[in-house]
Amino acid sequence: MDRHNAGWRSLMNSPLSGAGLALLLIMAFNLFFTPGFFDIRIQDNQLRGSLIDILVRGAPLMLMALGMTLVIATGGVDLSVGPVAAITGAVAAALIGGQLNVTQMPLSLVLLIALLIAILCGIWNGVLVAYIGIQPIVATLILMVAGRGIAQLITQGQILTIYYPPYHFLGAGYWFLPFSMYLVIAIFILISLFVRRTALGLFIEAIGVSASASYYSGINEKNIKLLVYGLCGLCAGIAGILISANIRSADANNAGLWYELDAILAVVIGGTALSGGRFSLVGSLLGALIIQSLTTTIYRFGVPPEVTLVVKAGVVFTVSLLQAPGFRKLKLGRSVAPKGVAQ
Amino acid sequence: MSKLRFRIDRRYLPVVVTVGLFVGTYVIAALKYPGLGTPQVFFNLLIDNAFLIISAIGMTFVILSGGIDLSVASVIALTTVVSAALVEKWNVSPFLAIPLVLLMGTALGAFQGSVIQFFKVPPFIATLAGMFFARGMCFVISINTIPITHPVYKAISLFQLHLPGNGFISLNVVIALIVLGVAIYLAHATPFGRTVYAIGGNEQSALLMGLPVARTKVLIYTLNGFCSALAGVVYSFYVLSGHGLYANGFELDIIASVVMGGTLLSGGSGYILGTLFGVLIQGLIQVIIIFDGTLNSWWTKIVVGLLTLFFILMQKVLTARRRPQPADSETNQATRFDGSKSVSVNGLHR
Repeated sequence: MDRHNAGWRSLMNSPLSGAGLALLLIMAFNLFFTPGFFDIRIQDNQLRGSLIDILVRGAPLMLMALGMTLVIATGGVDLSVGPVAAITGAVAAALIGGQLNVTQMPLSLVLLIALLIAILCGIWNGVLVAYIGIQPIVATLILMVAGRGIAQLITQGQILTIYYPPYHFLGAGYWFLPFSMYLVIAIFILISLFVRRTALGLFIEAIGVSASASYYSGINEKNIKLLVYGLCGLCAGIAGILISANIRSADANNAGLWYELDAILAVVIGGTALSGGRFSLVGSLLGALIIQSLTTTIYRFGVPPEVTLVVKAGVVFTVSLLQAPGFRKLKLGRSVAPKGVAQ
Repeated sequence: MSKLRFRIDRRYLPVVVTVGLFVGTYVIAALKYPGLGTPQVFFNLLIDNAFLIISAIGMTFVILSGGIDLSVASVIALTTVVSAALVEKWNVSPFLAIPLVLLMGTALGAFQGSVIQFFKVPPFIATLAGMFFARGMCFVISINTIPITHPVYKAISLFQLHLPGNGFISLNVVIALIVLGVAIYLAHATPFGRTVYAIGGNEQSALLMGLPVARTKVLIYTLNGFCSALAGVVYSFYVLSGHGLYANGFELDIIASVVMGGTLLSGGSGYILGTLFGVLIQGLIQVIIIFDGTLNSWWTKIVVGLLTLFFILMQKVLTARRRPQPADSETNQATRFDGSKSVSVNGLHR
């Protein structure tokens, strides 16, 4: 076998290559067809441009995708991240109150309480999945259905506007670069260190491959699942705060709507298999960026935003087909089926 | 012998609980709000939820086989838009337009089923793509609502079948009840139905028993595509218009209805009749909130969430007794939804 050829094949089989290629394709498309897409200018000591826009708008999705990656790596899924984001935003808005330029309680306390509630939501999912043994898709469906109701209960069915500028800063503020970018990078580094510098990442992958085998090799799979769902809740909560800060209000119905599907999509595009096991945090970030660049590109063309869905369908279909064991078998002429597919 | 009878009873238990909960809630609510006791309120419950009943029945087959279909609500919306566009914009006769949209839904379902079966794409992802596609296509066809003014549609919409006891039902309810009857026959009295249950119980075993797993799985999604399109047609009779935002988010209501109807989401266990009552309970909660007048609509979501939890916990208790190894069944279910098989996991520690 030609060594160069083998290297090429392993590169093509690496989960990141597909996502990277897709992002490059979108960018190349914009280079030719969208004038001014790559323009970046400094305005009032702030970096502005379409590329920066993608990062700002994609920040909540990137955060959710990070949390979702770990959940999916354990073989689970969290459908409730959108509603959890809505709940967190609603709690924060309710605690700040509707007065101009003042807050009812210190901002740090507001954020602490809101994020604690988000973690609680995640832990609720974790308890249902790990301790009661409900399959993840159903366990989190409960909070997905009830969550929007709870968020509406907090906002009393209204859109709570936030008039407190320091809170706005979280979603739309700039320190030369947008604040949300620093936040995403910080959380990415924290989670990466947490899972790669400790044994946690290994445990998560082990659980994803086989929960019972991990149990018999002495891994406390229940507590790790609890931790992972809690972390996913926290990420969704931070995303919820970014969303509400960006639009300066808490909208129980529409905040984070369909984000759960986008987040799952981002993770899958990033090369993490839905059946669990090996995961890639960088891949999920790339996946989230692909979805956001796609949306931004389509907006630039003046196409109605809903039509994005058709393009998205094409992307999901292509990526899932490329990753599907059935298709890979066709392409490579031999079985590269991942674990669990006994054939 | 008595042991066997006890087991059969337990299998019926989730359905019995669902029906009991529906009847109990209805009686208590009727005592509190006398207007709710009139027959027409009950018939209205059927009229308002006819399209959900049809769609949930299709979903029951999918879930019984251990799969999931997220595209149903989008296909309903797409059907309303396409039929409205065909009839109003391109002047196609409704007698041609309705078969066409039914064919479209069926084809969409068949396509998703083939992708799931032959390329082993997880149902969750394949139908997610279908959901995005159908919802997006609605807006490609029309951004705005298309009202349907065709006389045939109006006649069907206004049709009332009068029943003894001073009540009436719409044609939609008749269609829904026919679908219910056919579905019960399909699920419980045909080889197809038995294969669906077998696949849901354990796909590998079904394959080893020589059952036509591949064909049945494609057929299940095809059937569900047809049901979604039929639900869309019924919905277009109900609202007399087509728009891309119709039935937004209903896929989850439909899945929740199936779960409340006593069908196990891991597949292999459940009854079509339970699904009917799962839908009716959701409808009833909404009716009660309207009759009460002081409760807000968000309570519907919270109550539906809690009821779903209640039913899942109940099933958990029932299945835990049947299968003494909880860790085992959990792994089984966790891997099930993405379509991968769990036989090897089971074999590990048996």
